[in-house]
Amino acid sequence: MRQGWAPRRTGAPRTGVDQFLTVLRVFAVGLVLIGLAAFIAQEINTDNAFARWANPDATGLTGAQFRGLVVSGIAQGAMYGLIALGYSMVYGVLGFINFAHGEVFMMGAMTGMITSNKLADAGLWESNFIGSLIFIVIVSMIVCTLVAVIMERVAYRPLRGSPRLIPLITSIGVSFFIQNASIVLLGPAAKAYPDVPDWVKDKHTFIQIEGSRILVVVVAAVSMGVLWYLVEHTKGGKAMRAVAEDAEIAALMGINVNRTIVKVFAVGGAMAGLAGILWGILFRSVIHTTGFLPGIKAFSAAVVGGIGHLGGAMAGGLSIGVAESVGPLLILEPLGVSGVSQLRDAVAFAVLIGVLLLRPAGIFGERLPAEDRT
Amino acid sequence: MTATLPPETGAAGASAEPPLAASRPALAQDWRRLVRMGAVGAVAQVFIALSNMPVRLDERVIVKPVLSLGYLTLLIVPFAAGHRVGHQIKREGMPQHAAGAHEVAGGAACGAVAGGGLSLLAVLLANFDLREPLVNWSPMLAELLAFGNATRFAVVIWLLIGAAVGALGGGLRLLGPRTRRAVVTMALAVGGAAVLEPLVVDLAEGMRLEALTDRLYARRGGINWTSALGLAAGSGILAVLGRGRIQQARAHIAELEGAQRTRTNGLLILATAAVLIVLPLFAGKLTNELLANVGLFVLLALGLNVVVGLAGILDLGYVAFFAVGSYSAAVLTAATSPRINPELPWLVALIVVVIITGLVGLFIGAPVIRMRGDYLAIVTLGFGEIIRLIFLSDWLSGWFGGSQGITKIPGAGIFGLTSVAGTDPRRVFYLVLAFCAIAIYVSWRLERSRLGRAWMAVREDETVAEAMGINTVNVKLLAFVVGAILGSFSGAIFANKVGSVFPSSFLILVSMVILVVVIFGGMGSIIGVIAGAALLIGVLGGPKQPGLLQEFSEFKLLIYGALLVWMMLARPEGLIPSARRTRELHQEEFLQDAWLRGEVDTDDGNGAEPEATERS
Amino acid sequence: MSSGEPLLEIRDLDVAFGGLKAVNGLNIQVYEGEIVSVIGPNGAGKTTLFNAISAMVPVTAGDILFEGSSLLGLDPNQVTSRGIARTFQNVRLFTNMTILENVMVAQHCRTKRGAWGALFYTRAFRSEEAEIRAWGEKVLGFFGSRLVGFRLNQPASVLSYANRRRLEIARAMATRPKLLLLDEPVAGMNPVESAELTRLIGRLRDEWGFAIVFIEHDMSVVRDVSDRVIVLNHGELLTEGLYADVSMDPRVIEAYLGQDTIIEDAITS
Repeated sequence: MRQGWAPRRTGAPRTGVDQFLTVLRVFAVGLVLIGLAAFIAQEINTDNAFARWANPDATGLTGAQFRGLVVSGIAQGAMYGLIALGYSMVYGVLGFINFAHGEVFMMGAMTGMITSNKLADAGLWESNFIGSLIFIVIVSMIVCTLVAVIMERVAYRPLRGSPRLIPLITSIGVSFFIQNASIVLLGPAAKAYPDVPDWVKDKHTFIQIEGSRILVVVVAAVSMGVLWYLVEHTKGGKAMRAVAEDAEIAALMGINVNRTIVKVFAVGGAMAGLAGILWGILFRSVIHTTGFLPGIKAFSAAVVGGIGHLGGAMAGGLSIGVAESVGPLLILEPLGVSGVSQLRDAVAFAVLIGVLLLRPAGIFGERLPAEDRT
Repeated sequence: MTATLPPETGAAGASAEPPLAASRPALAQDWRRLVRMGAVGAVAQVFIALSNMPVRLDERVIVKPVLSLGYLTLLIVPFAAGHRVGHQIKREGMPQHAAGAHEVAGGAACGAVAGGGLSLLAVLLANFDLREPLVNWSPMLAELLAFGNATRFAVVIWLLIGAAVGALGGGLRLLGPRTRRAVVTMALAVGGAAVLEPLVVDLAEGMRLEALTDRLYARRGGINWTSALGLAAGSGILAVLGRGRIQQARAHIAELEGAQRTRTNGLLILATAAVLIVLPLFAGKLTNELLANVGLFVLLALGLNVVVGLAGILDLGYVAFFAVGSYSAAVLTAATSPRINPELPWLVALIVVVIITGLVGLFIGAPVIRMRGDYLAIVTLGFGEIIRLIFLSDWLSGWFGGSQGITKIPGAGIFGLTSVAGTDPRRVFYLVLAFCAIAIYVSWRLERSRLGRAWMAVREDETVAEAMGINTVNVKLLAFVVGAILGSFSGAIFANKVGSVFPSSFLILVSMVILVVVIFGGMGSIIGVIAGAALLIGVLGGPKQPGLLQEFSEFKLLIYGALLVWMMLARPEGLIPSARRTRELHQEEFLQDAWLRGEVDTDDGNGAEPEATERS
Repeated sequence: MSSGEPLLEIRDLDVAFGGLKAVNGLNIQVYEGEIVSVIGPNGAGKTTLFNAISAMVPVTAGDILFEGSSLLGLDPNQVTSRGIARTFQNVRLFTNMTILENVMVAQHCRTKRGAWGALFYTRAFRSEEAEIRAWGEKVLGFFGSRLVGFRLNQPASVLSYANRRRLEIARAMATRPKLLLLDEPVAGMNPVESAELTRLIGRLRDEWGFAIVFIEHDMSVVRDVSDRVIVLNHGELLTEGLYADVSMDPRVIEAYLGQDTIIEDAITS
């Protein structure tokens, strides 16, 4: 028997809500299974009775299409994973959702856009692409670290110890503010990154992946590895884990809690900055609302992976990325829903809701401060 | 910072305190603090300047010809910084020294540093071109900063202006509380008259009092400087004469008991209702439109208040219910609705709408209600977005028209007597008013019932509430559904008022604005929520609705965000808080006050007293 | 000791947290009108037992019967409405609600007027509100004049420690239970106060007819008021019986004084 689940035995009366939830769970799982079955049927033979019944207009996917979807899902998911690290670490240590973290990511993308355009004006972007890329990554990481740290200092530190919804509401305000500050300072229009070299746009290797996606996945994997080393094997990382476990005891053990929390925000900010550049490489365009949906999806990723868990954040990011990329075509289209690509955001949210319904602690389980484990 | 001295030292310290130290010398400043504050001010100044607020708002004149809203946005920062730096250290509520030259000098220095930000900006504007990322890096801004003169002039003038305004801010501390109140009243009167200009002009036209407004306001907007002086003088005199009267009256009402209290409250409510019913008759289209918009948001905010304020559930997807209400009203009443068009009369449709929204509330509420508070917030946000995406999608465009929405929705017919449509904002306002009354009554009655107490208990400690026999899932779900139904009212009115519904009217943004209104006004406080909606929506405007300061429309969301943060930091209980929220958020201070009043309970130790009473 | 059907019957109860068995194969009966105390060294599973009865922790195996029917699978609120109310070791009041509201809200499961009654202000609603209030005041009056009068409308946060404990008992009484579970009711009180509360526990049974199970470390309270003493150790029933017998039992003395427990106590307390 799993821990934390009350055993269901002896015809005890359950409330209506429970029965409704059971129906909902069965319905959700059933929908996914039928959709998948229809998809498989359709892949075997577009003309079989089951697929026709599910969706008469279904066409199925070619192998290349499917591969393309999965790869783009993985690339985006890696980016979500990087953002999710910030959510996960802050939640793990302070026990609140830093809603404005998505905006830090957006600032990263904006910084990258500004810097890369300036570099392109100077001609450096084309002549030394890799060098410029490293440069904008560094600038963006610095800017985002600063933004995250200032945010902590101004908005969150004074609220430590207040009821838990208060910092959440504050972070919503911060997010609102940053988004609109971006409008009034930088203008409301979408802004483009300069053109990238051909090898980034071209498709490579035997399964034909675009260079930008390979780049994103490699960068994400490397930075994830570095971060994992920092948190698990350095003194500062140990301090973070100690504060996450119990801030008061950590303080008694001589850890400077404030400085550790600043470090957590700094690391999260830096990762968001990096993710911002990755966004720029993938989509080459940025606007003030860029941070909102990826932010929410990254938070979902953190929850899906199990909040407070670094590897979980990355795994959650990949699952959300792949789910929103293939989910609509894999499950909704075979069920006869039209215009499925419009619903990819809805699918991402549905994954979050589904995970919280079926397994609230995420895939790898949560690591939370003692008082937040209720 | 609240003094948390133990009682003994506090009492002893107070008696041993020297009367009041003389004012400190002007140069004995805490320079680090001063410069830090000034620097923050300077950053704020540059931010405001680059946000284009001064240029944009320059057209809105406050006092003709001296002051425009644009310059006001630049002056407010050094003023606030100067005022703040003079913040005195108080112990046991007593200032440690008298205010004097020290405060003025400090304010001036701090203001000068803040103003220095603009000086620096003027220099940068003249020498660099950063127009690429910063869209407002324009010659217009440079001109505005230099008042049309050379850059050198701008550098000097902003240092001087900063110093002068900062000194004024610091000097405000020199005034006694009475004078200060008079000064604040004067400023509010002039500012209020300027902000309310469209409203006042409109009302005056309705009451045939154009002569008055012609005197007060300049032809192209703004108060004449002569009238401004008169207004200031008048309000100042009133403030001095009426000092404390309002507080006395309030204290008097608060002390009334039982039936008397009920009667006074009833009278107050009747008077307010009478004003609200009579006012629109004299008002023109503009005022009524504004009132209707405010009323719509009052209605939404009251609904959210039941969920957030009473039950303590942070619902970020409240717009979902607004959307469902609007769309179902549209589908049920419009002849042009794509799939089904029963063309029901509005009131009949409303009943169906309430049922549908209630069911949607149950459907969304059931899975989320057991989640932790913050997860719930994000998941409701997700639901809010899903609902919009579904309305937008091609998948159901056969039902809801996709991005084309549903148009040509007829006005709301009331028993075949009248039809309320957006073309007649006065009727819309009356309709909204009626529903606001219902919403107020519902939240008022529910709060003071068995259910309201259960919500309170759930808000405080869910585990214990459950152990004390409260079915927490059911009572929270009920709050969710009540909120949903109240939201559907405004949805139905909105659809028939505007005459069309589009998915783009139901962005998450709307949820956020309603949340800001509730929090700004005061969670759990009905009057607070109404005041919050009136101030924010009325003055700054809603997500798509213009307010009195129409020029602010591109900055209002920025201000909402800043306001939300500031509110949480400085006054989390809101503008007009409910007593209980204040207690929850300031328990320590509350206990200190109770201790000062001698109301804190101490253990009786010998246990003798209750025995005696028990025998009797 | 009463005979016949037990009010509360615990059969082979197991409660495990992961690998740790907090309660292990426990069998207990409580009869109507009885005052039973539960003692045992720290970590013996006393509070876990209470939590299991009030459905706040899941039961791993065994059964809990109240008035002959099982409590397993119920939510805490359903247990309370069956007639079991409890207090907490670390007092958990609704500190921002008034003292009267604290006892009024506890009658939630005994009353039924919902939103409609409140909205239309029906006669039934008003009379029920009056009833709730009257019962609340009656329950508070049990503790003398400490919790009534001008205190009624003050928030619970102004109360002293001992009065908070009293209010918590009053809140449990307000749910109109048949069985009261008191978790260390006199912890932190001085000898005079605990002597008074000991008398009150007796009166709770005599005048209000509650059966009472309480956890206590203060042996004088246990001696003075309990009909029967249950001794737990390592989640198992060590022995039960009259105070005089139990206190002389060598196993109990060993459990309290035994080598390993002394060390354990030193660590946990």
